[in-house]
Amino acid sequence: MAFDVLPLVPVLAPLTAAVLLGLVSPLRHTGRPAAFVSILGALTALGSALLLWSRVHDAGVPTLIEWAWLVESQGTIATIGVLADAESTTMLLLVTLVALLVQVYSLSYLSDEPPAALGRYYVYQSLFAFSMIGLVIAPNLLQLFICWELVGLCSYLLIGFWFQKPSAARAAVKAFWTTKAGDVGLLIGIVLLWRHTGTFDFGELRMLVEAGAVGLDGLAVITFCLYLGAAGKSAQLPLHIWLPDAMEGPTPVSALIHAATMVTAGVYLLTRTAFLFALTPDVLLIVAWVGALTAIVAAMMACAQNDIKRVLAYSTVSQLGYMMTAIGAGYAAAGFFHLLTHGIFKALLFLGAGAVIHAVGTNDITHMGGLARKMPQTMVVFVIGTLSLAGLPLFAGFLSKEEVLGAVWAGGLTIPFVLLLIGAFLTAFYMMRVVFLTFFGTAQAGHSHGGHHAHDAPIAMSAPLWILAIASMVIGVYFTFNHPELPFEPPGWLAATATGVALSGMVLAWLTYQRGAIDPERLARMTGPLRLAAAKGFWFDDLFLVAYRLVQNYLAKVLGWTDRYIVDGVLNVVSAGTVSAGEQLRRVQTGKVQDYVLAVGAGVIAVVWMLGGLW
Amino acid sequence: MGLSAYLILAAVIFCIGLFGVMTRRNTVGILLGIELMLNAVNINLVAFSWYHGEVTGMVLTIFAICITVAEVALGLAIVILLFRTRRTAMADQVDWLKG
Amino acid sequence: MNDLPILSIVTWAPFVAALVIMAFGRSRPLLVRWTALAGAGVSTIGALWLYSAYDQTLSGFQFHETLPLVPALGISYQLAIDGMSLVLVVLTAIIIFAGVFASWTVKTRDQEFYALLLILVTGVFGVFVSLDLFVFFLFYEIAVLPMYLLIGIWGSSGEVRPQGLFGWAFGRTGVGTKEYAAMKLTLYLLLGSAFILVGILALYVAGGSTSFSLLALEQIDFDPQLQSWVFLAFYIGFGILAAIFPFHTWSPDGHASAPTAVSMLHAGVLMKLGAYGVIRLGMGLLPEGTHEWMWLVGAIACINIVYGALSAMSQTDLKYVIAYSSVSHMGVVMLGAATLTESGLNGSVFQMFAHGIMTGLFFCLVGLVYEKAHSREIFKMGGFATMMPGIAVAFTIGGLSSLGLPATAGFVAEFLTFLGAWSSAHSWWLFPAVIGAFLTSIYVLRVVRAIFWGPKSKDPHFQNLPDAQGTEWVAIVILVGVLILFGVAPRLALDLIDLTTVALLSRLGVL
Repeated sequence: MAFDVLPLVPVLAPLTAAVLLGLVSPLRHTGRPAAFVSILGALTALGSALLLWSRVHDAGVPTLIEWAWLVESQGTIATIGVLADAESTTMLLLVTLVALLVQVYSLSYLSDEPPAALGRYYVYQSLFAFSMIGLVIAPNLLQLFICWELVGLCSYLLIGFWFQKPSAARAAVKAFWTTKAGDVGLLIGIVLLWRHTGTFDFGELRMLVEAGAVGLDGLAVITFCLYLGAAGKSAQLPLHIWLPDAMEGPTPVSALIHAATMVTAGVYLLTRTAFLFALTPDVLLIVAWVGALTAIVAAMMACAQNDIKRVLAYSTVSQLGYMMTAIGAGYAAAGFFHLLTHGIFKALLFLGAGAVIHAVGTNDITHMGGLARKMPQTMVVFVIGTLSLAGLPLFAGFLSKEEVLGAVWAGGLTIPFVLLLIGAFLTAFYMMRVVFLTFFGTAQAGHSHGGHHAHDAPIAMSAPLWILAIASMVIGVYFTFNHPELPFEPPGWLAATATGVALSGMVLAWLTYQRGAIDPERLARMTGPLRLAAAKGFWFDDLFLVAYRLVQNYLAKVLGWTDRYIVDGVLNVVSAGTVSAGEQLRRVQTGKVQDYVLAVGAGVIAVVWMLGGLW
Repeated sequence: MGLSAYLILAAVIFCIGLFGVMTRRNTVGILLGIELMLNAVNINLVAFSWYHGEVTGMVLTIFAICITVAEVALGLAIVILLFRTRRTAMADQVDWLKG
Repeated sequence: MNDLPILSIVTWAPFVAALVIMAFGRSRPLLVRWTALAGAGVSTIGALWLYSAYDQTLSGFQFHETLPLVPALGISYQLAIDGMSLVLVVLTAIIIFAGVFASWTVKTRDQEFYALLLILVTGVFGVFVSLDLFVFFLFYEIAVLPMYLLIGIWGSSGEVRPQGLFGWAFGRTGVGTKEYAAMKLTLYLLLGSAFILVGILALYVAGGSTSFSLLALEQIDFDPQLQSWVFLAFYIGFGILAAIFPFHTWSPDGHASAPTAVSMLHAGVLMKLGAYGVIRLGMGLLPEGTHEWMWLVGAIACINIVYGALSAMSQTDLKYVIAYSSVSHMGVVMLGAATLTESGLNGSVFQMFAHGIMTGLFFCLVGLVYEKAHSREIFKMGGFATMMPGIAVAFTIGGLSSLGLPATAGFVAEFLTFLGAWSSAHSWWLFPAVIGAFLTSIYVLRVVRAIFWGPKSKDPHFQNLPDAQGTEWVAIVILVGVLILFGVAPRLALDLIDLTTVALLSRLGVL
């Protein structure tokens, strides 16, 4: 019996590495050898992903392997397995590629970590790779949810990798709680969906939808709940607060989790269930609007950041907003395409930022400057990534962004379209700001000790950078000349407008930060109160902190107090009352014979009276 | 006068005795009260025996007198022991079995 | 092999071990421990053998053992197991096996300690395997009474300052001491057993005073009025043991004051006795009563879940956090049963198993931390992961199971319960349950971060603490392994549980 092993390899390879490193402590404590085990797992995953992709691409038919996981009397209610179709294998390529590159990059970036810590890091990395791959190839919503939660766990572990730092420990917990809040919605949605349709399976759901067998009554609630989970993971307003703080983790972690893979899980979920959402256009409208707002608000916040990683973090939030808006417009494929390209160039940007941070010793762009001379390679790849993100023609980002904008326009969402366009302007602006402040201009005196010996990164770090940069260019050029089939007709003026908007943003940045023709302070003050709001993160963090404190310090404390002093208090009162009553009753026993005689006499009279003797 | 006179006499003596038992502080006084109660019962018995012309009452009276004698002996012994060990014979001071 | 009275062996092996310990254990600590281990080991091997030998194609009870005791009254020594009891017997075996290891360092009067512990375990096994209600009750009492001595002698005292309207009572009853905790727990549970006894006798009499056997009583259609109040009696009686609100307050003090193995057993297994009783006797014997009162069971379960979680959030003593967490998780158990759906009841029993392991793990680890750091104050500790990574990882895994992270047994249990809740007659029960899971994640991670995965504490007492050593690892590894094993391959238990669930729900007429 020929057992089809290939679909299982991408998910089992990292799992094996994780289990091996996790259980065999001596291996884990060796540091670099442990890293190689993990990298080997990731490499195997990538190789098998490529094979799987080409197989599915050629055959045109998806492959499905599953095992019964939960069985009840009416049959199997949940399965675990692998679904390899066009969407999942494409996403799998992105995930395995970025995972591998990040793991290789980390070897050099974290080279001065103690070996035991490095081993621990690679356990987490392999576990994450396993979880994310499991999510991508999940054949049903339950497995997706399981891997979704595991991905959340791994992100918690990786963000809190340097847990000795209080801010890192707090950021890890914040990430977990915020995404868990969204996951509550996702879980409710899955449970409701099961009752509504009787299945978790994507294939079966699709068939039911096509057959028109899915009742529309209450479906909107279900899809909205599913969206809540996606909103948490994909950092939509207001559940975006965890992502900027998550930058406490090592930069390669940010590149993997917060650019290319975990945050994209939400978008991926909506893409996978797009056929369900198509039945509930109201929810899609919400998705689009929240996405557009996220895009522009996050872009505004990115303009006010001085930490290079936080700029990229807010940029990710913003771009996720773009993807969601496209999905909300009804064209999930456009969002998915943007997901893929964004994954590549955002990972590139993060890794590039990591190279800079590693060399210079600080995250603060106001303390950098003039690095182009000392780190030419890094500058080149970073600029490639920036131009991709800004959306210039011939770069990968241009096509996907144009497709998103076109989709939003075709969906008839005018105001979101305008917001996205403004967002594109801001994106170009803040990214070029970073480029100019970091690589050009004069070197700033600052706390950066490494400013003197800044140099291009070693091969382990620069190779992934170049691979991603080349991939970004290749995708851009390829798709420019092999324009994919679009289900909508983008308006003719779109390409020019998008490019124009991006260019004007870049020019403004050039004028302000490179030429010094415009004073950045005056520019900031022109935006008025928005500037303060952006710097304060529009007070979302404070709001959540207040809510948390309210529950923790008031509700919980009051209930805890009530339980001890009221509920238990009643019990103790009963007990103490019994004891007191007993002590009072004791006094009847005076010990004096005459009192007893009196009692006996009274008793006799009472008995006689009761028997009807006395008149 | 008849029977009722004796019965009333016996009742009166019984009540006096009971009162004495309940209120006297001195233990010997209590014993005297008990004596009175017992003797009242004896009067009662003899009176009924005389009224009905039967000997049963008198037999019971003899029994009662015997028991009374024994009880008095025991009671006085307890009082004397009490006085010897605790130097008191007052009933309201004997409360060491209180709850 | 088939003629061996396996159930009796599993039940009485610990008792025999206890007798041996009492007879020969004076001043021989190693003999005491090895005998205890042997007793627990025999039970564990027996339980695992039962697991493998159980026929999953048949519904109903297997491995019957019958011995008439008082035929005139219909009392007989009747043992048997079905899917649900088997899973719980395995749970008990695992916990006591781990618990014996966790108590290895008991210093004073270890002979009596182990003897009482083993007698307690006999009681627990007996409850799970008895079919005769009289013997059931007997074993139930055996399971409750040793707790008084175990907590009162080997427990730990704390301090509670009287506050509030009822503060005057706190001084009088001596709140905070281990004697208080022992007395409160035992008296409260005995109060519960009074209710249960009344219910059992009522059913016995209503059934014609012929038999105490569960199988015989199942056949009888009791009067709906009778069923109604007897179910209530059972619910309150067993519910006190299952820590339903507001009868749960014995649990935090009891678990916090009890020594490690006792907490492991009590929170891990004894509380499940309560739920087991409600399901087996309440739901199994009284269908009309069940239908009448299930709304109450579910509503109180929802309160348990949220109230327990919020109370846990406010605690600063580690043992109290875990105790309130148990109250919250028992809410999930009761909720699953209350849904009267297949998924829900499966989830309920699975949660009994998962939570039993999980809380056993927690108390074991807390005991270790307490031994090494001599403190249970969460916010004074910090950064322990660098000093005791093994304990830290085990604690984190336990915590993750507690909040229902997939790949741990806790997720399967909670997920099935959620499915059942939404499919039940009172769908709104889903929301408190999910909110409870979310709240659990808040306090669990807060505790884990404060103690282990955070900056190191400056307190001189908390420097250079050792990790788990030698025999301490055994309990941890077993419990973590089981937790993950059943999270990844839930069918190992689910198939068994489902057999009972289907049978029970068919009799209730909902399946």
